[in-house]
Amino acid sequence: MANESKGLWKIIGASSLGTLIEWYDFYIFGSLATVISTKFFPSDNPTAAFLATLATFAAGFVVRPFGALFFGRLGDLIGRKYTFMVTLLLMGGATFLIGCVPSYESIGFMAPVLVLLLRLLQGLALGGEYGGAATYVAEHAPANKRGYWTSWIQTTATVGLFVSLLVIMLTRMTLSKEDFNEWGWRVPFWVSIIMVAVSYFIRKKMGESPLFAKVKAEGHLSKNPLKESFGNKANFKYVLLALFGATMGQGVVWYTGQFYAMSFIEKICMVDKMQSDVLIAIALLMGTPFFLVFGALSDKIGRKKIMLAGMLLAVFCYRPIYEKMYQTVSIKNKIEIVSKQNTKLSFVTNPKTNLRDSVYTTNYYFQDGAKKTDVKTIFLMYQGKNIVTSKEEIKASIIVNNSDKWMLIWMVFIQVLFVTMVYGPIAAFLVELFPTNIRYTSMSLPYHIGNGVFGGLLPAVAVYLATKANDANSLAESAGQQLPYDKPYLEGLWYPIIVSGVCFIIGMVYINSKHKHIDD
Amino acid sequence: MISMNKLKRLLGIVWILLALACAYFGITDFGWPKVAHPKGNDDLVFGIIILFVLMPIIVGGLLKFGIYAIQGLYDEE
Repeated sequence: MANESKGLWKIIGASSLGTLIEWYDFYIFGSLATVISTKFFPSDNPTAAFLATLATFAAGFVVRPFGALFFGRLGDLIGRKYTFMVTLLLMGGATFLIGCVPSYESIGFMAPVLVLLLRLLQGLALGGEYGGAATYVAEHAPANKRGYWTSWIQTTATVGLFVSLLVIMLTRMTLSKEDFNEWGWRVPFWVSIIMVAVSYFIRKKMGESPLFAKVKAEGHLSKNPLKESFGNKANFKYVLLALFGATMGQGVVWYTGQFYAMSFIEKICMVDKMQSDVLIAIALLMGTPFFLVFGALSDKIGRKKIMLAGMLLAVFCYRPIYEKMYQTVSIKNKIEIVSKQNTKLSFVTNPKTNLRDSVYTTNYYFQDGAKKTDVKTIFLMYQGKNIVTSKEEIKASIIVNNSDKWMLIWMVFIQVLFVTMVYGPIAAFLVELFPTNIRYTSMSLPYHIGNGVFGGLLPAVAVYLATKANDANSLAESAGQQLPYDKPYLEGLWYPIIVSGVCFIIGMVYINSKHKHIDD
Repeated sequence: MISMNKLKRLLGIVWILLALACAYFGITDFGWPKVAHPKGNDDLVFGIIILFVLMPIIVGGLLKFGIYAIQGLYDEE
């Protein structure tokens, strides 16, 4: 028994470490997007800017499901172990190479093209990795603890994000700002290759999944996993059920709790970037153990109940939670100490024009200890021989007091709890839906469509809905009419609320909660 | 058990109607205006993804799901 448990820990360790590294690789691109865009995608070149948009969207939405199909098929044909070693190497290689691509200034247009191609390879690898790791662990785990063991894989996405932020932060702290912007941003990409090498050698020593080996030995391997998964009604109905009754809702709850909350706090509430990073990191740290709690609980009371409860709670709690976050930070609810207000003028040389732009920094102080800073930059440009004002830009940021900071942390933590409820048991749930010979293919596609497409589109759709509401309010205001939207900043939440709601009903009615055996 | 199976089949009609509603609003409200009159690269790519990735998955998938439900493929024996 002790040996069995020790063996399982090795399997969990090897699988989780590799998946964590893949998430790390995937996230550092997003976290360093601002620096990357200045190095590879200059905004004054429209084609390069277009490639930047493609790199952001395409890798997440379009390529991941293709990776799921390609590597899922491979995993069902040649085995789980070799396939998820290939995805690991592909991801690590692509990440390392992104850190080596010369900048746009050095090699011109080839730079953004190479980065886009490597980013697409990252998406492809990520699409293949998760299904392999989840299947591999589940096929080793005892039936009564499958939820618990696979929930370790579920922690990797959050921990991967956390590690990526940590490595970037450490690199920034070690180097000067100039060095980081010049070459230091490449370090997190290079670090990946060391982690990948370690993980590769650990994984190499692992054996093949026992269930896959058994099916192979019996000669029951699928000859065409894609056809058997999606061309066969008896299996395809479960692929659709997995998508519309589970992963669709799980994807939007995940993206809302982990990414939209971050963007809402930074861009709508305008909390200082450093403070918002810290509070998100604390909430993620506090919430991560609950992946294991809900994974283990799903072994006792069933996957369906926990996942659907997470979705239902999200449906009813999102608007009150976001309203609370907004009101906590809003300066309308704070009293300013007018006597402390101050404005400083400084000049910054603009490298593009070589002119000295004026920067007005105004600080506002509030009785509760909060501080708001407005930075107004007046950009100059040449018009013939004359120097004129080209545009003005105002950036506001708020630093909240300690008690408001903790209120925000709790609000994000509650959302992370919903994430752990829907995401903790999902690997075991998906694995149990499909037979061994087509499991990798069948579970990977609904997972990556649910997360990559429904979840990945969340920020764009939510921003679109909020902008539409703001525009309608502005129109009504200028026409002297009553405002159609009372709280336009909450409009973006309708997307996760509606998707989770529909997913809850489908899951509630159609998912059979009876315990499943996966050893066919 | 019988009433649950009936409910599953009846809801199949709802999923088909939902798929058609998604197709209508997704194309006329979300996707097409962004492709026809984009306000920048992000807008154009977003519109293309809505029209050619999200819509086929939602509309095609929900239609198929609704048809399967009506056919009783999700019935419990």
